[in-house]
Amino acid sequence: MEFKRKPVTDIGIDETLKRFDEDKIKRAIDWVLNREASARLKVFVETCMRCGMCTTSCHHYLSHDQDPTYAPAGKVKQTIWDILNKKGNVTKEDIKKYARIVFSECNLCRRCVQFCPFGIDIAYLLSVVRRICCLIGAVPQYIQDQALSHMQTTNMLWFRQDEWLDTVQWLEDELKAEIKDAKIPVGKKNAEVLYLAHGLEAKYMTGLLTNMAKIMNVAKIDWTVPDTDGWDYTNKAFYACDFETMGKIVKTHYEVAFRLNVKKIVMGECGHAFRTGIYEGVRYLGWKESPIPYIHGVHFFYELLKEGRIKIAKKIEEPVTIQDPCNIVRYRGMGKMLRYIVSQLCENIIEMTPKDDHNYCCSAGGGMIDAGPAWKSARIEGGKIKAEQIKDTGAKIVIAPCHTCHKGIEDLNEYYKMGVHVKFLTDIIADLMEIPEEMKP
Amino acid sequence: MEQFFKDPSIYTFVRGPLLWLAFLVFFLGIFYRIATTLREAKKEKIVYPYLSLRYTLRSLFRWLIPYGSISMRRHPWFTAITFLFHICLIAVSLFLVAHVELWYESWEIRWWTLPVSLADGMTLIVIFCIILLILRRLFQSDIRFLTSSSDYLVLTLVALPFITGFFAHHELVLEYKTMLTIHMLSGEIMLMAIPFTKLSHMFMFFLTRAHTGSEFGAVRHSRDF
Ligand code: SF4
Ligand code: SF4
Repeated sequence: MEFKRKPVTDIGIDETLKRFDEDKIKRAIDWVLNREASARLKVFVETCMRCGMCTTSCHHYLSHDQDPTYAPAGKVKQTIWDILNKKGNVTKEDIKKYARIVFSECNLCRRCVQFCPFGIDIAYLLSVVRRICCLIGAVPQYIQDQALSHMQTTNMLWFRQDEWLDTVQWLEDELKAEIKDAKIPVGKKNAEVLYLAHGLEAKYMTGLLTNMAKIMNVAKIDWTVPDTDGWDYTNKAFYACDFETMGKIVKTHYEVAFRLNVKKIVMGECGHAFRTGIYEGVRYLGWKESPIPYIHGVHFFYELLKEGRIKIAKKIEEPVTIQDPCNIVRYRGMGKMLRYIVSQLCENIIEMTPKDDHNYCCSAGGGMIDAGPAWKSARIEGGKIKAEQIKDTGAKIVIAPCHTCHKGIEDLNEYYKMGVHVKFLTDIIADLMEIPEEMKP
Repeated sequence: MEQFFKDPSIYTFVRGPLLWLAFLVFFLGIFYRIATTLREAKKEKIVYPYLSLRYTLRSLFRWLIPYGSISMRRHPWFTAITFLFHICLIAVSLFLVAHVELWYESWEIRWWTLPVSLADGMTLIVIFCIILLILRRLFQSDIRFLTSSSDYLVLTLVALPFITGFFAHHELVLEYKTMLTIHMLSGEIMLMAIPFTKLSHMFMFFLTRAHTGSEFGAVRHSRDF
């Protein structure tokens, strides 16, 4: 079986490689293989029995007519095994191929790991290759750009601190039209909750931030948002396996929380950022667990509903289905909480098969959507199985509590004509909750 | 051992000193591989602090009982073949009358043995399963893509002791003693190869499952099965 792909140009990879020679590539590989990776890499590579039990677990394999070059262990063979066989003496063309595989044909969703009899962490093996590409600099341009933005501003879209403060202020003004005396407290000390937002919510998706603020006000949460950089919870450097920047971002978030002396950090509906905030970044920084609670939107809403701090006025009647984002379900077991929330909001829930922690990735995760337009068709093709899975439910609404799943499924919807609406919990809750009379303007 | 010094021949060599050597390499090799792995794992910040006995056991349990994991349920035939293969392989090696007799001769210890005809059938099952595993490698596209010659070599290493053992028992192909010598020799080569080839999955299984099981259970709060 041959590795056959349509050519794709990505200046982040192609131009970088022009500036690099094979010697430097070898140095990057040696660094990663000898200094960073150790027992796991060795044991996982040696223990793989090439049994193929992982093959059909991967949505890329299933979506590409069972092409072995898309199978989990197949991708490992074409990347890290190849590097090890060649003892790191690889060509620029090789790196280009590896980068393509690890950034645009694997979402690091770890579904395959659940299928391997030895629990071989295939996603880890492929991320070792991402790390090599990162040190060389051969990373999709869009991810590089966002990671650079994170280095300088701690947010993903080069937003300046004053722009953030400005945005929050006008959002508060707008919210006052809906909720009397609505507040978005900025930099308030000793609050219960520090809320972090998704970068896009400050620019293109402000409605989502407003809706969260609405929920906070109605639920009477003692909350605040940062008054400095560090308000954006996203962590795109993580996708490039740029751990240094990833750690710096998470550190900034906790520093803001310590400075404001809040009890916990709450974030919205996003997968990768939750994972970096709750353990990946935390471990990198040397903590065993997060020093103060780091709560995902799903968990937060679950508590609000359980404790009756918000009441739902009416339920959605149209059939809905639930997208389990890998980063909060397979990576943090939040499937039950998610289902509880949805059951409080919707009458008619039709589950996908497989579901919960065995669910298929949306094919946009793990940085595939952040790799930008050049790689869009890769994730659309890889998402074929997801599109079929959703179509089979017959649902009209897909609830996707993750920015990446949300956008990824919207794109699938457009391409595969699924005829669904993709929704965030925040928007649904803000829409359906009771607003007490005294809060109406 | 004494036999070899009294009457040095290939047969007594294979039955005496080489057998000793094989067991030595087997046990020391396993010990060495596990020890180095455990030492190297210290360099990984995320391995030891998160190991959990509960989730290690959960993971091992799910993967040691037939059809305990979603993956096995999705691959019913392959699961049946691999379980049969492994059970027969281990049972015949440990409980064959002729093997237990050898232990008795040297150490005067004895344990339960398999009825001869059952052991014979199990040997055939092992051989048959190996043929199926080879066919799978040859004809299933995703596995053929992964397979290299070393995978066939490993399968051959395992097949030889069983084929020769079967032949010796039934006095087929070659004269009994010669076949028995080849049988013991191939068994010893297999034993010595276990720690240093892909056959090491025999013990590495427990280490990788401990890590992945703990990572899924204690950190990711989800299932690894
Ligand atoms: S299931 Fe595990 S052992 Fe089998 S091929 Fe896949 S990674 Fe290798
Ligand atoms: S996309 Fe998911 S299932 Fe496929 S290889 Fe990557 S981690 Fe495994």
